Amino acid sequence: MANNTKAAKAIDARGLSCPQPVFLTLKAIEEGNFPIQVTVDNATAKANIRRMAQGKKFNVNIEEQGEDIILTISK
Amino acid sequence: MKDKITDFFSSRVGIVVTGALIGILGPLLQKFGNPKNMGVCVACFERDIAGALGLHRAPVVQYIRPEIIGFVLGSLIAALLFNEFKARGGSAPIVRFILGFFAMTGALVFLGCPWRAWFRLAGGDLNGLVGLIGLAIGILIGIFFLKNGYNLGRSHTCKKAAGWAFPGIMIALLVLAIMQPRFGADGTGPIFNSESGPGSMHAPLIISLCAGLIIGFIAQRTRFCTVGAIRDVVMFKDTHLVSGVLALGVFAFLTNLVLGQFNPGYSNMPIAHSNLLWNLLGMILSGLAYTLAGGCAGRQLFLGGEGDMDAGIFVLGMITGAAFSHNFGLAGAANSVVDGVTKVWQPNTQTMAAVILGLIVCIIIGLTNRDKID
Repeated sequence: MANNTKAAKAIDARGLSCPQPVFLTLKAIEEGNFPIQVTVDNATAKANIRRMAQGKKFNVNIEEQGEDIILTISK
Repeated sequence: MKDKITDFFSSRVGIVVTGALIGILGPLLQKFGNPKNMGVCVACFERDIAGALGLHRAPVVQYIRPEIIGFVLGSLIAALLFNEFKARGGSAPIVRFILGFFAMTGALVFLGCPWRAWFRLAGGDLNGLVGLIGLAIGILIGIFFLKNGYNLGRSHTCKKAAGWAFPGIMIALLVLAIMQPRFGADGTGPIFNSESGPGSMHAPLIISLCAGLIIGFIAQRTRFCTVGAIRDVVMFKDTHLVSGVLALGVFAFLTNLVLGQFNPGYSNMPIAHSNLLWNLLGMILSGLAYTLAGGCAGRQLFLGGEGDMDAGIFVLGMITGAAFSHNFGLAGAANSVVDGVTKVWQPNTQTMAAVILGLIVCIIIGLTNRDKID
């Protein structure tokens, strides 16, 4: 995972079915260690996590690296 | 341009438009010939496909439904156009097959998938509401497992060609639907078509296929899912998907009103029974199985179209489940009228046993496939 050192919490949600990527991200948000870096491998998970995090007024930065999509969630 | 389309479909308006469009197309397809209060029912239509292939012998439910083919191929086209086609699989495939099997067992006791529960309600059948309550209970049970660490493990990227296998099956079905080969015994089969009953009621092939392609395309873009809708509200207070599903219900209702297809009632509804307990239990089983598999019957088709082989396996489980349901006499049937008196459908022993077995198996799957939660 890229930028691993910057993230206080890193989640690898690649290959997980709905709603695991959002569920794991939400748990990390509740733990409160920002920034949170979530790696997913499909557009559905990306859109779902982005919607959830932005709905909670967090900043979401999205970076694509080959097949991986890395979302960095910060306050 | 592509980004703008993607943004639109990701938006609240996008999901509402999708639900509304499905809500309009369903009753329209009924107008063109599909069975009453069925619109597009994924479970019923997969069951009809199982019958058309001779996998079960219920003569009234045999027809290769082009809508199902269209769902998968429409999703495939969308995924290819938007660079989202990705062959993946290997997340507990046989468990997913079993979940699909029992999702269908439950669906055929109720006589419909979540989509049809909405179409039934929108046509005035109050049993549709019972089905939706059952669905919600099943989803809640599934959420209990999800919150306790349930998951079926990761899928893995596969060779691109493998992702084409499931859409390929749909292309083969389309060829069979068009060619209608006749070389079985007594000049019948191997493809069967109902001469009476729901299987004989269908819109023209080209209309059904086009409607399916349109729905498949937009549902792939918007991730429309009737199970995710309820799940996301409960788990994340996220009303995105549910707004699309509610739009389906509202627009199907309005379209039925316009077309004169709204007939409110409870006990004598088209292709429906009013056995409250077993309508509930059937949909509880289905709702639980869909939740454990990550999406409703329609969503599994759309995922299969974009290369998700695990979703494809779930669908094949559903089709197999449909064959077993009819061969073992598990499926529900409409209420009958004897001497002017409505006789409510009652399940036989094997139906009750199958639903209870399905619930037990799903609970075992929910309990045994999990990671430890802190």
